[in-house]
Amino acid sequence: MSDYMLLFRGRNRSLSPEQMQRSIEKWRGWFDELRRSGHLKDRGHPLQDSRKVVTGRQRTVTDGPFVEVKDLINGYTVVTATDLTQAVDLARGCPMLDIEGSVEVRQIEDGSP
Amino acid sequence: MELEDHLFRHEAGRMVSALTRVFGLHNLALAQDVVQEAFCRALEVWSVHGAPENPAAWLMTTAKNRAFDLMRREKTARTFAPDVEWMLQNESTLEPIVEELLAPDAIKDDELRMMFSCCQPNIAEEVHVALILNVLCGFTVREIASAFVSSEAAIEKRISRGKKSLAASKSLFDVTSRRDFSARLASVQRALYLLFNEGYHGASAEATVRAELCREAMRLVTILLGPACGGSPSPSTYALASLMHLHAARLSTRIDAYGQLTMLFDQDRSQWDGQLIAEGFRLLDLSATGAELSEYHIESAIASMHAKAPTVEETDWSAIISLYEALMSLRPSPVIALNRAIAIAQRDGPARGIEEIQAIPDREQLHAYPFYAAALGELELRNGNRAVARDHFREAIAIARNAMEREFFDRRMRSCELP
Repeated sequence: MSDYMLLFRGRNRSLSPEQMQRSIEKWRGWFDELRRSGHLKDRGHPLQDSRKVVTGRQRTVTDGPFVEVKDLINGYTVVTATDLTQAVDLARGCPMLDIEGSVEVRQIEDGSP
Repeated sequence: MELEDHLFRHEAGRMVSALTRVFGLHNLALAQDVVQEAFCRALEVWSVHGAPENPAAWLMTTAKNRAFDLMRREKTARTFAPDVEWMLQNESTLEPIVEELLAPDAIKDDELRMMFSCCQPNIAEEVHVALILNVLCGFTVREIASAFVSSEAAIEKRISRGKKSLAASKSLFDVTSRRDFSARLASVQRALYLLFNEGYHGASAEATVRAELCREAMRLVTILLGPACGGSPSPSTYALASLMHLHAARLSTRIDAYGQLTMLFDQDRSQWDGQLIAEGFRLLDLSATGAELSEYHIESAIASMHAKAPTVEETDWSAIISLYEALMSLRPSPVIALNRAIAIAQRDGPARGIEEIQAIPDREQLHAYPFYAAALGELELRNGNRAVARDHFREAIAIARNAMEREFFDRRMRSCELP
């Protein structure tokens, strides 16, 4: 078993109140299912938009590199899965995908040789 | 934390009303933007974190914080609610006055104010209904268009026309002025009545959509009955609420388990909602004060006759006929005349019913109404004229407004063919 980080991207600001509520309810169902099946390692956090990037020896602080809103990471969750294929299957159920978002699945390096 | 059904929609209506109290009616679009932004933030945060203990308070606080930022930034560029403008312009009074205006107790009155504001007499009734759904019920243009089986462009036009008219009045309607209140009340009642009817008789084929429109009308009429209205609702408001309850009790049997329309005559009366019926009768009793006899009184009385009758045969059709006649004298309409004729057919036989239908003065107005042809079909069928009945049902099929109606008339047409 390994841990995988699910990175959520995308945002849909044109949803109606009812659609938003339904989406939130789906997220709750998705997390409940991950927990029930023993795959939820760390529910994680949403991320705010405000950000700065510190670069190089000069410790230059910038607002960029600029990315489009749809490429901005706005949250993460950690799941446990037997392999990448299973982790991807878990990500498939993410409600983010129903509102035109995407989920990136990355295995967390555990350092074992 | 589980969210209450339609919490977002309902909070949207409350929050927009409350923020408009601060921003002024001319900034309604701004209030809607602030609310939408608060909701977007909720979507992002609650998705991963889960909903907070008190979701409504979280949403309102988020919107309030955004409102403060915005007002500080734009106070020179924009004017806000005229009656509190000077306090909003002053940094030391800005926060306390906004806190006061957005306190939970104040918001209840704001919904009422907004409801009355949406029903200005100089704009069309259909605009009132669309505005109420958009502003107070949190439905988007697309959702309203789909519920009304109308185009988005048509609904958009209706709503923007309404908002333009609202913007001209700047302040929310003053519900404490008794004289203005009574004058506007009739428009508000009518809008809620039309909203309910859209759910009950409307063109949408989706039972859930229709039930939702009915529930929204009932939620809003409850505000009219509540303390925000000064504690003494008018008898006609009680009658309107009664009418909604008595009809809503039949809603689930109106559309059967297969999503098909079921005639009142074939409904399983044991499935009618007893609690709603009891509440309907209680409200009808409360409406029986004063000298006013509104059309809602009469319609509610008709509904109560059906609710009271254990079977179709045991229905007091004579009473129903005279109630329809009273309704005709208050609000003459060929649809009411048609209903009266159907009641006469129940009491005196199908031939008499057909005669009455043929005597309806403006009956050409009914030609676009599929239940007119269908009623003739039913009566001819009962009279044994299968071929004539079949033609009427075919006519009804041709002008049916959705697949559910079409299927219903088709079923009736096929029943003409049985030996």
